[in-house]
Amino acid sequence: MLNFVVRRLLAMLPVLLAVSLLTFLIASLLPGDLALVILGDQATPENVAALRRDMGLDQPLWWRYLSWLGHVLQGDLGRSFRTGQTVLQAVAERIPVSLQLMLMAEFIGLLIGVPVAIACAARAGGAFDRFMTGSAFAMLSMPSFLVAILLIYLFAVELHWLPATGYVPFTEQPLANLRFFVLPALTLALAEWPGIMRVLRSDMIATLQEDYIALAKAKGLKPSRILFVHALKPSSLTLVTVTGINIGRLLGGTLIVESIFALPGIGRLLVAAIYTRDLVILQGVVLLVACGFVIVNFIVDMLYAVLDPRIRHGHA
Amino acid sequence: MATLELSIRDEVTAAPSRRKRKLGLLFWIASGWLVIILTLAILAPVLPLQNPVDMDMLERRAAFSSEHWLGTDGLGRDELARLIFGARASLTVGLIAPMIGLTIGGAFGLLAGYFRGRFETLVVGSMDVLLAFPPLIFALAVTAYLGQSIPNLTLILGVLGIPAFMRVARAATLTLARREFVIAAEALGASHARILLRELLPNVILPLLAFFLLGVAVTIVVEGALSFLGLGVPPPMASWGSMIGEGRDSLDVAPRLAFLPAAGLFLTVLAFNLVGDTLRALTDPRQGAL
Amino acid sequence: MSAPLLTIADVAVELPTPRGSLRAVDHVDLSLEAGRTLGIVGESGCGKTMLSRAVLQLLPKRAKLTGRVMFDGQDLAQLAPERLRRLRGRDLAVVFQDPMTSLNPVLTIGTQLMETIQEHLELDAPEARKRSIELLAAVGIPAPDQRLAQYPHQCSGGMRQRIAIAIALSCEPKLLIADEPTTALDVTIQAQILDLLAREQRRRHMAMILITHDLGVVAGRADEVAVMYAGRVVERAPTQALFKRMHMPYTEALLAAIPKLDAAPHTPLPAISGRPPDPTRPLRGCSFAPRCRYAASDCHHAKPALTSAEIPGHLYACFHPIQMTERVGA
Repeated sequence: MLNFVVRRLLAMLPVLLAVSLLTFLIASLLPGDLALVILGDQATPENVAALRRDMGLDQPLWWRYLSWLGHVLQGDLGRSFRTGQTVLQAVAERIPVSLQLMLMAEFIGLLIGVPVAIACAARAGGAFDRFMTGSAFAMLSMPSFLVAILLIYLFAVELHWLPATGYVPFTEQPLANLRFFVLPALTLALAEWPGIMRVLRSDMIATLQEDYIALAKAKGLKPSRILFVHALKPSSLTLVTVTGINIGRLLGGTLIVESIFALPGIGRLLVAAIYTRDLVILQGVVLLVACGFVIVNFIVDMLYAVLDPRIRHGHA
Repeated sequence: MATLELSIRDEVTAAPSRRKRKLGLLFWIASGWLVIILTLAILAPVLPLQNPVDMDMLERRAAFSSEHWLGTDGLGRDELARLIFGARASLTVGLIAPMIGLTIGGAFGLLAGYFRGRFETLVVGSMDVLLAFPPLIFALAVTAYLGQSIPNLTLILGVLGIPAFMRVARAATLTLARREFVIAAEALGASHARILLRELLPNVILPLLAFFLLGVAVTIVVEGALSFLGLGVPPPMASWGSMIGEGRDSLDVAPRLAFLPAAGLFLTVLAFNLVGDTLRALTDPRQGAL
Repeated sequence: MSAPLLTIADVAVELPTPRGSLRAVDHVDLSLEAGRTLGIVGESGCGKTMLSRAVLQLLPKRAKLTGRVMFDGQDLAQLAPERLRRLRGRDLAVVFQDPMTSLNPVLTIGTQLMETIQEHLELDAPEARKRSIELLAAVGIPAPDQRLAQYPHQCSGGMRQRIAIAIALSCEPKLLIADEPTTALDVTIQAQILDLLAREQRRRHMAMILITHDLGVVAGRADEVAVMYAGRVVERAPTQALFKRMHMPYTEALLAAIPKLDAAPHTPLPAISGRPPDPTRPLRGCSFAPRCRYAASDCHHAKPALTSAEIPGHLYACFHPIQMTERVGA
């Protein structure tokens, strides 16, 4: 097991390094002079040249990458030239909001997707199964910003049940906080459940054909135990993978959803940085998000090993 | 959901024969819808439409009338014209971007699957790096540097599609390279180029084309999301995403301004998904349908 | 004599396939008394597994079952699902062919043993655990208490089949169906598993159906043998009588297909030529006729019915039964 973890950790390093290089190159190679952006259109050429020297922009590319990477490894991702906040501060401030949104969304998504998948697999080919499979297919064609508009129209504009935008920290007003999170989380969840449901359903249908399910039936076990213990547990491996892949989709989703519902999370920070051309924040956040994504995938791999005894004992 | 994470779906179908017939009818309806939308988008400049960017501040959010069939938007622009020109923008990006992915990703996948070895490791490894960036965030970041325009948007979304097409092409090539006709060609002394172009490409292109349609659906969604945030197609040009974004401010007084482009977007994406998924099932080399 | 424990009366199983309906089991009658062993022998695809699944009521969803399966006085085919569930695992147990696939890979051996015991025997967890350890010891597994926490993939194939047998025996069933219990195992282990089954059967006085494609397996272990071909029972007899004097050419061919240790080296193994008939296109005549070396023209025009031989209890379905007593290998 330890051997396995170390091997996977080592495999992650080159990917992380490449991610940092790509992030750096996007910011450095693409047209647009950072100094010019900071100083605005009225800057004199002398001012621009001075700032370029200050920021090290006149150094060769490889040197700039290495010195940037050195700073990053020491935890220094730079400082916004608009707000003066460091990237780490800005991200730390907003991460709880994005995490809460993603966790709630994944939770609601699983809450819808898993029971529907089990019900569909138990009676595969039946009326309910065909209806839900069709609905899931249609939902996959529904972008989250579209779902958001529908939900806002229904629950905020027409019914006045829930607020369309706004945020208070959970620690201050827990109930109000949850009310603000219901629509954004539901928006993401409605986009999540079809994927969860489709993968789990086809996996469950395959599992239910296995010999050990026939033996479980022959043992006279209750149908609920066969479905939830004997069939769901082996199928839950796929579920973990899907959940892991979903993190990337969710990160993209939070970007839009946080903007629509005015939640001060990472996504909104990123969009705001683009609107204000705050390139230091932009570069830092993209790097952190990409690294976080790689690490989450690593954790999903580990979780996979914990769940599947065959991998844990090095048999697969 | 906006994402470029396209995966090959393994569907276990309980009643394949019935499903096939049913998908058949939907397949033709979806294809019909796509033909209509495509025709309108291509013919948009020659159709007797009003100018989609002409504002009329006296006729803001006007109701349906003989002059404005679908009314006007928040700036008094003709909604019908904007819808059709919006389809033009969404489809331009949606169709051209996956072509970039198809060409580059397909070529890399074909070569990686045929030559294997170090080259394959390198290609797969670099794709993993590209996949480490959540696609929407990557697209946003690059647009911020490159600037908003339709060619830039198309280029970025095209690059983002490369890994997915590479995977499909590589998987198909790996399966095909073991088949008798390839082994026979090798035994007959055919050159690498000949095997790649004459034996493998015609067979790999079918699953790639089916996947292309799914790629179109995803690209339209991502383009819509970016434009919705005001970071995609530059205003005042119309795109379905930006129209939904603008319509969101008047949900209480004129919800149709958001819902009309939303319906257009949803139906078009759904149609591409339906047609693509049906063709994918037909051309999947693993099922021996070739 | 008391009423049989299991009576299979006129059982037929039809499976829908894309090429039309397939008759996997074709009107079979069999019966088995408590404590006795019935061997069912035939090539793969002859319907023996489908017949066992019909007894267990574990047929594929779209399969159509007709006839009666009377077990302990009740028709299993008519039984309510809940009552059937209480019967399975408790009075009616099964050991499947492949122990690599019949145990759940993500549940411990202890869980898989104890869940059956707790489901049917109203024991609490410590008692169920104690019984599980006893069972594992009874089927010859060393250090049974340590095995409980392990997963199936940590055991060898033979070990897994012993565990599967322990699960089957856990509630003292009245009938055990062993569906090719040794086919997937190493030759060296096959005899051990078969002897274990026979020993436990005698000790627990349960009835057993032993399904196999190998006539040699049932030779010393079954009280009665039914030979199946193309979904039908083509010969049925007390084991002794069958080996003394078989009437069906098919049974003879099956016997000839067993490799013999005392044969000269490099003797070609006599295999039965040809393939079983396509079950979706039933033949008008005897199903074995196309492969039978004794077949005459009447064999191709009508199906022979099961008829009694001189020895009571010996039935066969053949127009031209073998008459000689000295047969290959007998």
